[in-house]
Amino acid sequence: MLDRFNIVNRLSPDRDLILTTVDTAVNLARANSLWYLLMGLACCSIELMQTGGPRADIDRFGSLFRATPRQSDLMIVAGTVTLKMAPRLRRLYDQMAEPKYVIAMGSCANCGGPFDLSYSVVRGIDKIIPVDVYLPGCPPRPEALTEALIKVQEKIKKERFFLKQEASQQRKTEQEKRGKDGSGIPFQGSSRY
Amino acid sequence: MELHNFITLIQERLAGKVLSVAEMKNDDVMITTDREHFAEVVAILKNNSSFRFSTLMNQSGADYTDTLAVMVNLYSGFLRRKVTVKAFLQRENPEIDSLVPLFRGIDWYERETFDMFGIRFLGHPNLKRLLLPDDWEGYPLRKDYVYPHSYNGMETGRADLLDVDAAGEAHV
Amino acid sequence: MSKYSSQEMVLNMGPHHPSTHGVIRFILQTDGEMMVKATPDIGFLHRGIEKIAERLPWQAFMPYTDRVDYVASVNCNLGYAVAVERLADITVPERAEYLRVIAAELSRIGSHFIGFGALLLDLGAVTPFVHALRERERYNDLMEMLCGARLTHNYVRIGGVAQDAPDGFAEKCLSFVDHLEYEFIGEFNNMISFNTILINRLANVGVISAATANDFTLSGPNLRGSGADFDLRRDEPYSVYNRFNFDVPKGTGKFGSLGDSYDRYWVRIEEVTQSCRIIREALRKMPKSGDIRTRLPKPFTVPAGEVYVRTEAPRGELGFYLVSDGGKQPFRVKIRTGSFSAMTIIEHISQGVMVADLVAIIGSLDVVAPEIDR
Repeated sequence: MLDRFNIVNRLSPDRDLILTTVDTAVNLARANSLWYLLMGLACCSIELMQTGGPRADIDRFGSLFRATPRQSDLMIVAGTVTLKMAPRLRRLYDQMAEPKYVIAMGSCANCGGPFDLSYSVVRGIDKIIPVDVYLPGCPPRPEALTEALIKVQEKIKKERFFLKQEASQQRKTEQEKRGKDGSGIPFQGSSRY
Repeated sequence: MELHNFITLIQERLAGKVLSVAEMKNDDVMITTDREHFAEVVAILKNNSSFRFSTLMNQSGADYTDTLAVMVNLYSGFLRRKVTVKAFLQRENPEIDSLVPLFRGIDWYERETFDMFGIRFLGHPNLKRLLLPDDWEGYPLRKDYVYPHSYNGMETGRADLLDVDAAGEAHV
Repeated sequence: MSKYSSQEMVLNMGPHHPSTHGVIRFILQTDGEMMVKATPDIGFLHRGIEKIAERLPWQAFMPYTDRVDYVASVNCNLGYAVAVERLADITVPERAEYLRVIAAELSRIGSHFIGFGALLLDLGAVTPFVHALRERERYNDLMEMLCGARLTHNYVRIGGVAQDAPDGFAEKCLSFVDHLEYEFIGEFNNMISFNTILINRLANVGVISAATANDFTLSGPNLRGSGADFDLRRDEPYSVYNRFNFDVPKGTGKFGSLGDSYDRYWVRIEEVTQSCRIIREALRKMPKSGDIRTRLPKPFTVPAGEVYVRTEAPRGELGFYLVSDGGKQPFRVKIRTGSFSAMTIIEHISQGVMVADLVAIIGSLDVVAPEIDR
């Protein structure tokens, strides 16, 4: 119990008082209520629906699907992104409020997948938006998507929430190093990820 | 109706308007015409009371390397037969009459053929690109199409991390 | 129309929208809540599958036919395989034909669950969709046992199927089909299909007459919902469908006019029952052992020629127009899908309906984005 919740100290076994850090408490709340934006574009969206369905229920992790980016903090991009859809994807990502996370679900979102032979497909969404977890599979099983969600939760639990300035500065320098343009226009193209 | 009777009937009714009538696999018949008589042949097949090919099954285009072509597949519930009508077109400035006055549902099929091959359909109410963005250049399903390197500033290739140059950088 | 003066408004619906079945965009011109015109804008999932076909060998194109309609992938595989076999004159062994029919009918059941489940979700009923997903999970288990994959199955091969049914598959399949026909459908109908609210939402909405449906090349359940009696499995049989005894459900104006959205929804419910009958008969008649694939020559080439073959997919007629030049790769593959024609008719029947009814019409026509865009 102590390890699971990073509890610092429990004063005595019969009292209901737990000591912990503010970061731990806030991160616990944030990680266990990740609402995801339904970005189901192609075949992986059916597996996304099945993951929210009765057997592999993603709602037990506190995750709920939202149709609007303003109310969600996780974006699960499930499916192939074409060149026609790419500006809309970027616009939806920009509309989400910080802190936001992205799971690239399936081969097509990771690197173009089997549609690498095509002329109208974006080969990987990390050309457009920064990705936190890459989930391979064509399509990945619901258990795999649940594992990806748990990885995002672990990432959140390690963050230091109150040093917000430092965190967003860090993200900005990381983006610049990776050559991404954070302004809201479509990705300008770079030979590095 | 028997296949050879059907072919004889076509050759009688459409004499002078078709270039050839041949058997095709899957109990089908291929009628080849030229672009001036294409719409007329399809109209006769649809409206004539001994044919009644009133169901459109499919419309597509093809690029035969030196010519383009347009094909239409029709079905007649009266004869329980299928037929394919094909017309060859030249590669530069290909044009053919639209069949929208005969079949209202062929609208989007013709728009898609225009989008993929560049074949213009004369008399079509709204001939614009359908599947690709409006500012796309080129006609993808032609045999001499070159895949674009970028579209509106977005590069289409992806760097291979295992393929690095002397400075240790990967390029698209 | 009304005594209030109002102006027309242009509203954008999609491409990211919870009620469109995939990435489809509509530009709605509305006068308040009444629509004047709905123009679809498609192509957001155009992946160039027809161009990819020209770069791959004939057998290697099979996984891409899965992605043409990912909800019912075995039907698309079967359509392509039958087209190539007719062009190349390949015969398929008996046991493989029966396995193909069983897999295709299971795929049709799975697709109809998503079809009417998504319609009900769009109308606002969240629970029936979860009921349909629960049954679809059992279907996924069966398909995983047979094909190895849950969604994009890639089961049919040119000349047969990929692998044989394992032990225990026949019993599990029979128990699933019995559960569906005798337990699930009756309960589902009592709870949902005969529900007054659903009937009020779907009856007399989006009426399409049989003549209009034929003019716009509608096919499959959409055409049968308007009263036309045409099913490719019975009228132009392929594979071994001519040996089975099943009815073809058609719309009869059950709770409203003939050809409304309720008829199209009811045809899909009835088709699940008929597919159960076909599967039961196929499991009984299937030869107990035998080859499951014809050996193809290496390298596999198809003789030069052209063919157009159409098969009955859950969303309509799936037609493959193949052109071969005698080589190892297809020269041209044109895929004709049922959802493409269903999209063309939306523009024409959307005048004077309310926006909420447009959602019901799109759901009852059961369109999916990859079939439209390919």
